[in-house]
Amino acid sequence: MTQGAKDPQRVNYRAVPDESGHFGPYGGKFVPETLMPALEELEEAYLQARSDPDFLAELAYLQRTYVGRPTPITYARRLSEHLGGAQIYLKREDLAHTGAHKINNALGQALLMKRKMGKTRIVAETGAGQHGVATATAAALLGIECVVYMGTVDMARQEPNVFRMRLLGTEVRGVDSGSRTLKDAINEAIRDWVTNVRTTHYLLGSALGPHPYPAMVRDFQSVIGQEALQQMLDSQDGPGRLPDVIVACVGGGSNAIGIFHPFLEYEQVRLIGVEAGGLGIESGQHAARFADPKLGRLGVLQGTKSYVLQDEDGQIALTHSISAGLDYASVGPEHAWLRDLGRSEYTYCTDEQAMAGFKALCELEGIIPALESAHAIGHVLKLAPQMDKDQIILVNLSGRGDKDLGTVMKELK
Amino acid sequence: MSGVERIRTVFEKTRREGRAAFMPYHAMGYPNREQTLAIVKALAESGADLFEIGIPHSDPLADGPTIQTATYTALTQGTTVADCLAMVRELRAAGVTQPFCAMTYFNPLFAYGVERFVEDGVQAGIDGLIVPDLPPEEAEEVEAACRRAGLATIYLLAPTSTEARIRLVAQHATGFIYLVSVTGITGERAELPPDLADFVRRVRQHTDLPLAVGFGISNGQQAAAVARLADGVIVGSALVKAAGSPDGVDAVRRLATELAAGAAHPA
Ligand SMILES: Cc1ncc(COP(=O)(O)O)c(C=O)c1O
Repeated sequence: MTQGAKDPQRVNYRAVPDESGHFGPYGGKFVPETLMPALEELEEAYLQARSDPDFLAELAYLQRTYVGRPTPITYARRLSEHLGGAQIYLKREDLAHTGAHKINNALGQALLMKRKMGKTRIVAETGAGQHGVATATAAALLGIECVVYMGTVDMARQEPNVFRMRLLGTEVRGVDSGSRTLKDAINEAIRDWVTNVRTTHYLLGSALGPHPYPAMVRDFQSVIGQEALQQMLDSQDGPGRLPDVIVACVGGGSNAIGIFHPFLEYEQVRLIGVEAGGLGIESGQHAARFADPKLGRLGVLQGTKSYVLQDEDGQIALTHSISAGLDYASVGPEHAWLRDLGRSEYTYCTDEQAMAGFKALCELEGIIPALESAHAIGHVLKLAPQMDKDQIILVNLSGRGDKDLGTVMKELK
Repeated sequence: MSGVERIRTVFEKTRREGRAAFMPYHAMGYPNREQTLAIVKALAESGADLFEIGIPHSDPLADGPTIQTATYTALTQGTTVADCLAMVRELRAAGVTQPFCAMTYFNPLFAYGVERFVEDGVQAGIDGLIVPDLPPEEAEEVEAACRRAGLATIYLLAPTSTEARIRLVAQHATGFIYLVSVTGITGERAELPPDLADFVRRVRQHTDLPLAVGFGISNGQQAAAVARLADGVIVGSALVKAAGSPDGVDAVRRLATELAAGAAHPA
């Protein structure tokens, strides 16, 4: 390992965001004035909670006894052999309660609100439905009123999750404006929040939005990387050393930043984020903010400055992905910053490549991944064969695929 | 005269006349280009003192359904930022003299180029800038460009704004300050919030700038009630809704006349 800590040139990855909520040129707070005091209040509560042993102990207790943490890492023996290159390990967020990493953040924020903020109601948005289910779950567990906004296109794609949320006592409100997907659900959640800000916490589902959300969500998700670091170094369950590459899918970027973050100082570990390539970059029908030089440019969407898919006039572009959870026009600001620094890299998988990843994991490992996570696997199908047998890839398997069976059934017919 | 000065002149005049300024909003490009020009002219003839020129954005997160739908319609007809500035130029050429404040979200402005927007805007006849998702904390570049060009940077304050934020906005604002009457999004409301007077008073303690109240005002009676408290009455959704009715221009004229009369006669 390089002696990074002693290198004066070394970037301090823990110094972001700065006090104003910026990651270099990215991030910030671009919201209506009505919300500015709420963001200040949230920041204060979160900074307090972060160093409050009681809060941290309760969160850790719930993670252990309710979420089922730590989630294991699994050596993907058959997939590794099949691809004939690097050894592949999976961080199993699909085994967390409710079936995805989203519960880490939902529970963290719900507990924060309950213990520190004196609010009584949660609004949230959801694309794939996983964040909605996680939020509905945390709300049920802690006895909080909850409303989830969801684009009507996504409601059709993710019907089982809509039903789950309702079972959990949450009200699901369909959003019929714009692209009827995640972006529009976020707009509606923000509008609700603007209107009810005195009583309501907006439980944002990914590492984006205005400060302090990108930092707070990262911190709640970093439990993934902290566990993974220990597990990789463990020579009984893990390989006993650091991975050479970590691969994670990037929608807003929360599961990726969660697994990346504790590894940032280990500069020899390559960090690769996989965006949704949809029908291909040339088609314009994708959600690859970094990969499309024409549509993906610096901009501001929903409170934060980052890469945004947009037309020349700054109107937000419609996106497409087979996976609802990656189908978003912007990406968390910390990813844009890490990319500028060269610390992380971004690539994409098309719908078709993601489906190949999906099938491979089902058939070779007996694991049905979320279509989001299948994008990460899709990239591994390309990457692993180019690597040596003594090299290691760690994939963040962000969620399980039960919610996607409807989509997959149609796709495979 | 700079934009800031033109706006100041308006409020000096309305103060002298013992009334509030009537400040209509219109969504440029709605229901279409021709109608937009006719509607703004009709508003100008019906007592408008200052205009808010809405430049449409795909994701107007401070707006309620009426303005959201209107701006969406404008976008589907291909309305661009450049088109909006062209319409402003045409309105100036047609003799509309009231100050124009461009109201848009940060991303269209940023994509067009802040510097370029301010230059082209001044040339077209824009006097001020209102960007609801741009708090002073993020506005350094915009403020610098506006300062050089004499454009007013108009900020919003909300009932939730703390004393510290009121002070901050008062330091940064030029032209006037836009007080959002409710914690919420744009749209008509049956009643004005009871704590509005208190809110206006809180802000008044920190600034001599004109204070204009908007969000939710939809009839002459409400306009008159607001005129008693503030220097300006901003009306958006109700007029946009009228603009979308079958006899759009006439409906706008009727409502604007009522609102202007309300603003002129504090209740
Ligand atoms: C299983 C799963 N993975 C990944 C994502 C993408 O989000 P993020 O990039 O924030 O991890 C989602 C979003 O809904 C998801 O449900």
